[in-house]
Amino acid sequence: MATATAQTTDTPAQRELERRMLRQMLLIRRFEEKAAEAYALGKIGGFCHLYIGQEAVAVGSLAALREDDYVISSYREHGQALARGVPANALMSELFGKATGCSKGKGGSMHLFDAGRRFMGGHGIVGGHIPLAAGLGFAIRYRGGDQVCICYFGEAAVNIGAFHETLNMASVYKLPVIFLCENNRYGMGTAFERVAAVTDVVEHACSYDMAAELVNGMDVLAVYEATRRAAERARKGGHPTLLEVRTYRFMGHSMSDPLHGVYRTKEEVEEQRKRDPISQLAGKLKEEGVLDEAGLDALDAAVRAETEDAVRFADQSPDPDPAELTTHVLAD
Amino acid sequence: MATLTYRDALNQALREEMQRDPDVFLMGEEVGVYQGAYKVSRGLLEEFGPKRIVDTPIAELGFAGIGVGAAMAGLRPVIEFMTWNFAVLALDQIVNSAAKILYESAGQIPIPIVFRGPNGAALQLAAQHSQAWDSWLAHIPGLKVVAPATPADAKGLLKSAIRDNNPVIVLEGEMLYNLKGEVPEGEHLVPIGRADVKRPGRDVTFICHSKTVAVALKAAEQLAEREGASAEVLDLRSLRPLDEEAIVGSVARTHRAVVIEEGWPHAGIGAQVVDIIQREAFDQLDAPVLRVTQADVPMPYNKQLERLAKPSADRVVAAARRVLYLD
Repeated sequence: MATATAQTTDTPAQRELERRMLRQMLLIRRFEEKAAEAYALGKIGGFCHLYIGQEAVAVGSLAALREDDYVISSYREHGQALARGVPANALMSELFGKATGCSKGKGGSMHLFDAGRRFMGGHGIVGGHIPLAAGLGFAIRYRGGDQVCICYFGEAAVNIGAFHETLNMASVYKLPVIFLCENNRYGMGTAFERVAAVTDVVEHACSYDMAAELVNGMDVLAVYEATRRAAERARKGGHPTLLEVRTYRFMGHSMSDPLHGVYRTKEEVEEQRKRDPISQLAGKLKEEGVLDEAGLDALDAAVRAETEDAVRFADQSPDPDPAELTTHVLAD
Repeated sequence: MATLTYRDALNQALREEMQRDPDVFLMGEEVGVYQGAYKVSRGLLEEFGPKRIVDTPIAELGFAGIGVGAAMAGLRPVIEFMTWNFAVLALDQIVNSAAKILYESAGQIPIPIVFRGPNGAALQLAAQHSQAWDSWLAHIPGLKVVAPATPADAKGLLKSAIRDNNPVIVLEGEMLYNLKGEVPEGEHLVPIGRADVKRPGRDVTFICHSKTVAVALKAAEQLAEREGASAEVLDLRSLRPLDEEAIVGSVARTHRAVVIEEGWPHAGIGAQVVDIIQREAFDQLDAPVLRVTQADVPMPYNKQLERLAKPSADRVVAAARRVLYLD
């Protein structure tokens, strides 16, 4: 997760970055497919919100950040966790509720944590983690650091008071936070335009005198570049940025929601699938001769093996000890 | 020992802890330039500057969450709510973030934060500004809750709260801020989770906290004068954890108890105390335990009605007479 400096598309560093991003996106895709299978088999319980279709957002943005930056997300956060480098084993184990999970089976799909990687959680209340991101940014500024905090949330969170209170304060206090709105168009089954008076999320930045950018979330390089610019702004002067990243989830809201349901048409989903961010980047790399079909197959085989390993690892891992029920309620 | 007001005792605690630990900062409405809505933070902006004494907009949910986020990164925020009535807007951050992140993360991320401010009724502020949130907050695993009644306890408990590695709720009282009392200078820490006998007695235990300690002390005097009976006043000080040993110990000596609180009766703190007593001191009891609470109504504005709604020494004496079978 190095800081990227390359801006042209033909340097070896840039090609390496793109290849790495393709691998991460593929890993997320295959991981989520495995998670869906495991859910159907009853190995994963509760809510499980898949990231399929949105891979370019997590991968592109996190590729632009440093290891000492903070990451915080909503409950649709498997992709961000993987892109941050949380091992697939620890992640799948957490979904299975096992002791070897990244939250030792106490958090589950919606509460993935890896403090060592500064992955500060999945949070389950829509918009509830947005103030936390500003608090992490506050701590960075308090200590005089040049890190940033990136905060992922869906467009539905924009209708929540916490979003507005936080953007105002982040701007007033000049906090180094990147507010990244993943606009996948639907809050569960409600189309954004049905419940939002202002449907361009990016417009909200005006109310808070904040820098903002509208980004194509199906283009991993566009996400990468926009995040790089936002991070630079934050590191230099502690200025927050609102990024509206337009994306689309190919799956239902959660595992209990059918693929397209009654709130969107099959045709719409099919149409969006043509913009698949992974196919787009793979196509570009093939066109540029960076990767051929065999290379792509090998990459895919490698991530499939990694996710199969993760399932095996999770399956074979023990449940938490019953004594874990009452640990970690309070710190010493 | 110096005599200080409750307000200045809190101020001293904040000042000392901020001098001691550069990670401690104070954030809230009017805490800086205005010197605190109730002047608890008087002089702190001048001493510590705007980096550590942070004025906020009126956005309780937002700044409470910023506090929790800063605590996730290892700072030790003190979040002041102008009153706990307004903190209801921030409950999502207190309950869903502060109290749960340590557990959800399996111990990876402690939240060392203090939420403090005045709680309960003052005088004629009417229904929305006269509420005691004790039992709401004490209900939540992952939080600690303290409610000091004296200047000395205010200083000692706030200092302990700031040093604690968990979210600690400090319930103060607008009507307590002018209360004077002796306060030990310097390193005065009151451990969280320990009750305190404010007046020893033999015949009945008055279990109380925060503003009702004064009510109970007054009732104890009246009971001694009128009935010649001796009441022990046990100040809980900490509502989570509760000092079960002190509660059971006192009831084992007096065999009778009246539990007094500012909150409403339904599912109140007193209900929890009574549960402990019936479970752990059943054989010690010579009478059913009675409770004196705020009337089960939103607080009225009218002065006479408000007085009727609040726990009073007269009502405590009446309850004591019943458990002593004097009626």
